[in-house]
Amino acid sequence: MPWENPDHPPFIEFRNVTKKFGDFTAVKNLSLKIYEKEFFALLGGSGCGKTTLMRMLAGFETPTSGQIFLDGQDLAGIPPYRRPSNMMFQSYALFPHMSVEKNIAFGLKQDKMPTSEVEARVAEMLQLTKLEQFAKRKPHQLSGGQRQRVALARSLAKRPKVLLLDEPLGALDRKLREETQFELMNLQEELKMTFLIVTHDQEEAMTVADRIAVMDKGELVQVATPAEIYEAPNCKFVADFIGDVNLIEAKVTEKTDALTRMTSVVDGFALECDQATDASVGETVWYAIRPEKVRIAEGNVEPGVVNHIGGVVWDIAYLGDVSIIHAKVGEDDHDTLRSTFANVSRIVEKPITWDDNVVLTFDRDAGVILRG
Amino acid sequence: MTRGPTWFNVTSLVVGFSFLYLPIVLLVIYSFNDSRLVTVWGGFSTRWYASLLENDQLLDAAWVTLRVAFTSACIATVLGTLAALVLVRSGRFVGRSLFSGMIFAPLVMPEVILGLSLLLLFVSMDQARGFWTVMLAHTTFAMCYVAVVVQSRLVGFDKSMEEAAEDLGCPPVKTFFLITLPIILPGVIAGWMLAFTLSLDDLVIASFTTGPGATTLPMKIYSQVRLGVTPEINAVCTLLVGVVTIGVIAASIVTKRQQVQRERDERAAFGADG
Repeated sequence: MPWENPDHPPFIEFRNVTKKFGDFTAVKNLSLKIYEKEFFALLGGSGCGKTTLMRMLAGFETPTSGQIFLDGQDLAGIPPYRRPSNMMFQSYALFPHMSVEKNIAFGLKQDKMPTSEVEARVAEMLQLTKLEQFAKRKPHQLSGGQRQRVALARSLAKRPKVLLLDEPLGALDRKLREETQFELMNLQEELKMTFLIVTHDQEEAMTVADRIAVMDKGELVQVATPAEIYEAPNCKFVADFIGDVNLIEAKVTEKTDALTRMTSVVDGFALECDQATDASVGETVWYAIRPEKVRIAEGNVEPGVVNHIGGVVWDIAYLGDVSIIHAKVGEDDHDTLRSTFANVSRIVEKPITWDDNVVLTFDRDAGVILRG
Repeated sequence: MTRGPTWFNVTSLVVGFSFLYLPIVLLVIYSFNDSRLVTVWGGFSTRWYASLLENDQLLDAAWVTLRVAFTSACIATVLGTLAALVLVRSGRFVGRSLFSGMIFAPLVMPEVILGLSLLLLFVSMDQARGFWTVMLAHTTFAMCYVAVVVQSRLVGFDKSMEEAAEDLGCPPVKTFFLITLPIILPGVIAGWMLAFTLSLDDLVIASFTTGPGATTLPMKIYSQVRLGVTPEINAVCTLLVGVVTIGVIAASIVTKRQQVQRERDERAAFGADG
């Protein structure tokens, strides 16, 4: 993978980029490298600076300081209409007074491409996005999903060096969104282009992207593959933002190169993790464990066994495919741990029900230790 | 929930419409009066329309009015559209409130004051008054109406369409003509028609700013009425009313058709997903 090799030249590079709007800093001294043919996602909540970052690449915003490179070229001073990138807008921004084929041909005509080539490229794009039968229609004669495909075809028609996707699937319903995510992935593989997507939807980012950059308050928090982001988050923010997580405040009691022992601060149960930590003995850390990695069984806790916590079933959420159980492990009502399990059989009567005594167990390699 | 017309509804409708249209109806009827006396009915005739065609003074005035209205509407549309663009697009700049206030001030300014001040300006500039001064004066006050109409169209405009055009390689000025203008065109045309109509029936400002050889139709009618209403004037006014009515009806038919077509298209697209 190119990002594992520090000498591999990046395709897009943000170098110490800062963007201020008045007193508000949208992007803070940010550096990021994106490689050729990568499907890269910028993920974060609203106002985290992800859209600003993309708009600076497209040329709609100018960085307050720092540089942006695309394929070795410094983009400073280059207006949007001369940049080799194309963008698919959140609102689709289709031209309402032009037919579908005219929308798709618009960018090609700006390049003074000969008419015969324009026609051929438009036909190719219509076929690629399965819009052949709608070529003569105007945007308002199309459904939401069709409009989305026109926007995609239009931004791909010029074969840009990088395709920028700004929350491209936000307006679609769930089923259509999932289908389109897979279509996007296939398209990216087929066209061998670099895709940069901005999204607030973590599932979307995890599905489509090779790598994800999690952003918060104008800074990059973690840049890694979806699996790394999920299984090895580097801080409490990422663990909490991506997926569901149990966060247990714990004090380090013993540590070696291959093992860390802790005691939970609130309830005093013992935790053991096969991960080394920088934290010193006596320091408070966060132990993060995903609910699906917590096993739950009826019965009482055996004293002295690690990662073995007793509790009482407090709440059960049946979601069809999975069930989530909130087990109360301390005195306080909010002091619960969550366990998720797949409903593998059709039995409606579940063996575990409200107020049962249960044991929660997990392996040494199930959770991660986070600082701060 | 359909109820028959009540006594109250019918009465208010009749009273309201009579109040609005009775004078105009009377005027139309008397334009076909055979008698030379305006208030005495002497049988049906179209002779006043025929004599109108031989009245060079009135025809000249009509021609001047149309030229003034057309030219001033065109210039006011360009300037008003630019003003609306600045107001909607430029965000906050120093003096924005002052600028917008000053653009809209002529809407509420008494015409007499506007006319007088323009007259003083032209006099102090030592400018001979005539066609050009009336035209400039009409441009001045019609511009703000255009700005209001175009501004309302621009407020609902998705700016990302312009960004998309630029992103696809279209420079800003070209983007304005290829994307922005076609989309706001209904507003611009409505603004033009408003400016044209305002200029067509303006009397006060034209009286202040005109000179010899550039008498507009409303001025001509007004001066003739002071000497006594002739059936010829009725005929002219009937023609004016007719022209305006046809224009309004044509515009509403076009709008209605577009709306029906659009609704039909949207229904067809609905549920066609996947």
